[in-house]
Amino acid sequence: MANNDNMNVMRDRDLRKVTSSARVGGVFAKIGTYTFLIIMALIVLFPFYWMIISSLKSLDEYRMNVPTFFPQKIMWYNYVEAFNTANLGRLFMNTVFVGVVSTVLSLIITVLSAFAFARLEFKGRELMFGALLATMMIPGELFTITNYATVSEFTKIPALSWMGTNTFGVLIVPFLVSVFYIYLLRQNFLQIPNELYLAAKVDGCGDLKYLWKVMIPLAKPTLISITILKMMGAWNSYIWPRLVANDEAYQLITNGLRNAFTATTGDVNYPLQMAAVAIVSAPLFMVFIFLRKYIMAGVSRSGIKG
Amino acid sequence: MVDSKQQWKAWLYLSPAIVLLLVFTVWPIINTVRISLLEGYNSMGASGGDVFNFGFQNFVDVVQYQRFLTCLQNTVLLCVLTVPLSTILALLIAVALNSIRPLQRTLQTIFFLPYVTNSIAIGMVFAAMFNIIGLRPAAGTMMADTWGIINNVITFFGGQPVNWINQGSDYWANMAVMVIYIVWNALPFKILILLGGLQSINKQYYDAARVDGTPRRRVLTKITVPLLSPMLAYVVITGFMGGFKEYSSIVGIFGEKMGPAGAHGSLNTMVGYIYDNIGNQEGRASAAALILFGIILVVTMINLQVSKKRVHY
Repeated sequence: MANNDNMNVMRDRDLRKVTSSARVGGVFAKIGTYTFLIIMALIVLFPFYWMIISSLKSLDEYRMNVPTFFPQKIMWYNYVEAFNTANLGRLFMNTVFVGVVSTVLSLIITVLSAFAFARLEFKGRELMFGALLATMMIPGELFTITNYATVSEFTKIPALSWMGTNTFGVLIVPFLVSVFYIYLLRQNFLQIPNELYLAAKVDGCGDLKYLWKVMIPLAKPTLISITILKMMGAWNSYIWPRLVANDEAYQLITNGLRNAFTATTGDVNYPLQMAAVAIVSAPLFMVFIFLRKYIMAGVSRSGIKG
Repeated sequence: MVDSKQQWKAWLYLSPAIVLLLVFTVWPIINTVRISLLEGYNSMGASGGDVFNFGFQNFVDVVQYQRFLTCLQNTVLLCVLTVPLSTILALLIAVALNSIRPLQRTLQTIFFLPYVTNSIAIGMVFAAMFNIIGLRPAAGTMMADTWGIINNVITFFGGQPVNWINQGSDYWANMAVMVIYIVWNALPFKILILLGGLQSINKQYYDAARVDGTPRRRVLTKITVPLLSPMLAYVVITGFMGGFKEYSSIVGIFGEKMGPAGAHGSLNTMVGYIYDNIGNQEGRASAAALILFGIILVVTMINLQVSKKRVHY
C-alpha cells in the first residue's frame, strides 16, 4: 500500500515535469481543439437556428435576395396558421394516444416476458430466447409486406376489424413486442439476485406482487429508457402509418406533416412549413431537455433510432 | 429441477408476446419466403384465385429491373459515402470532446441534438436550406431569383450558386445533399458510443505516452484507435445496417416522389423499392426484401470478419 502511494507520488512528479515542458504546445492544441469543436457544434446547430428564424419571417422577408439572420418583424402568426393548415391538433392527439397506449401495453408484455426468461425455469427457454434474438437480424421491411396483407385481411373479419386498416389498433398492435426490449430488460432482471425471489416466495409473496414491489423499481432506468424510445418511435413513425392509415382520423403527426406540405422545393411557403416543423420538433426537444440522462443511456445501450 | 407450476406460469407470462410474434414476425418470415418463390405473385391475383408457379422468376425479374438497379446503386453509394465519413468525423469529435474539461457536457449535448429529431421534419429544413426559390428566364438560360441560405453562403465567398435539389439538378448534387443530411443525422449516435468508449480507456496508457513524449497523432493512431476498435467496429456495423435501410431521410428532402421534380425516383432506395411494390407486386417486393436481407447479412459478416483481425478486445 505504502509502496503504491510512493509510486503514485513519483508518477505525478514525473508527469508534472513532462506536462510543463509540453504546456506551450498544449495551449495551441487546446485552442485548436476548441475551435474545431465549436465550428462543428455551430454546423450541427445551424439547421435548428434556420428552422426557427425562418418560421418567424414573413414570406416576403424570406424571399429577399439577401437573407436576414434575424426576422425584421416576428411573425408569431405563422405558428397559428401552420397549426391549422396541417390540422396539427388532431394529429397531436392521435399520435399521443397511439404513443401512450402502445407504450403501456408494450411495457406490460415486455416485463412479463423478461421476467419469464430471467426467473422462471421452463423447457426450451434457452432455445426460444435464442430464436427471438435471431429475429432481430431481419430487417423490418421484410415483415411489412406480409403484415400489410394480414391487416388487410383483418379488416374483413368482424372480430379482428379493430386492427384492420384505418384503425388505431393497426398502428399499435403489430409493434407491441420488441425482442430488443425483452432482451434489455432480461439482462437487467438477471442482475437482481435470485435469492430475493426465493425469499419472497417463502414469505408468500406472489409473482406479480414481487415484480411490482422489487423488480420493477430496480429496473426503473431501463423501463424509462424503453418508454422514451417507444414514445419517440410513435412520434417519428412514418412508413407503416402511411401504408395502413390514410384516413385523416387515424393519421399520425409525421404523415400529416409530410402530406400537408408535399412540395419541398421551388416557391413554397417556407415560413409556414418551418413553423409546422418547429411545432412537431418541439415535444421531442422538451423530452430531451428533461430526460437527457435516460435518453443517452438508453440509446448507448440500444443503438436503435426511435 | 423444473417444477410444473413454473412451467405453465412461464408460458402464461410469455403468451401475449408469443401470440403477437407468431402473427407479426414468424408468419411474415415464412410468408415472405413463400411468395418470393411464387412467380409473379400479387395479392390482387391471389384473392381472385390465380395460381402461381413455383420458381425463382421474381428474383430474376427484380435484378433485371433498371428501377431496382437504380435503387441498389443509390443505397450502396449512400452507404459507402456516409458510413466512413460519419465515422471519421464522429471519431475526431469524440476524441476532441474527451480531451477537454470546460464546456464538455454542453458540447456533448449539442452534438446529441440531431438524434432527437424527426428525420422527415428536419429533412424539410435541409430542403429549405438547399432550395432555390424561383427560376426566371434570362438571356437564354434560367436565372435563379433567390437562393437558399447554402447558395447565399457560396456566393458570399465568391462561388457560383449550385442547383442542389430543384428541377434539372444534377444527380451528384442531389447525392451531396443526401450525404450531408445523413452524416448530420448519423453523428450523434456515433459520437455517443465512441465517447463512451474513450472514457473507459485506462488513463495509464496516455500517461505512459506523455512520459515518453509521444506526439499527438501517434497517440491517436497507436493508442486511441486500437483501444477503441470494438466501438469503432460496432458503429461501422450498425452504420451499414442502417445505411442499407435508408429511406425516410430522402422522403424528408425530396418528398415521396424520391427525386427532384422531373426526375422522380432517381434517388429511390432498396427500402423504397420494396414499399413501392407492396399492395401490387408482393412477389417482387418479397424477393427484393430477401435480397436486402442477404446483402445486410453478407456486409455484416464481412465487417465481423475484418474486425476479428483488426479489433483488439
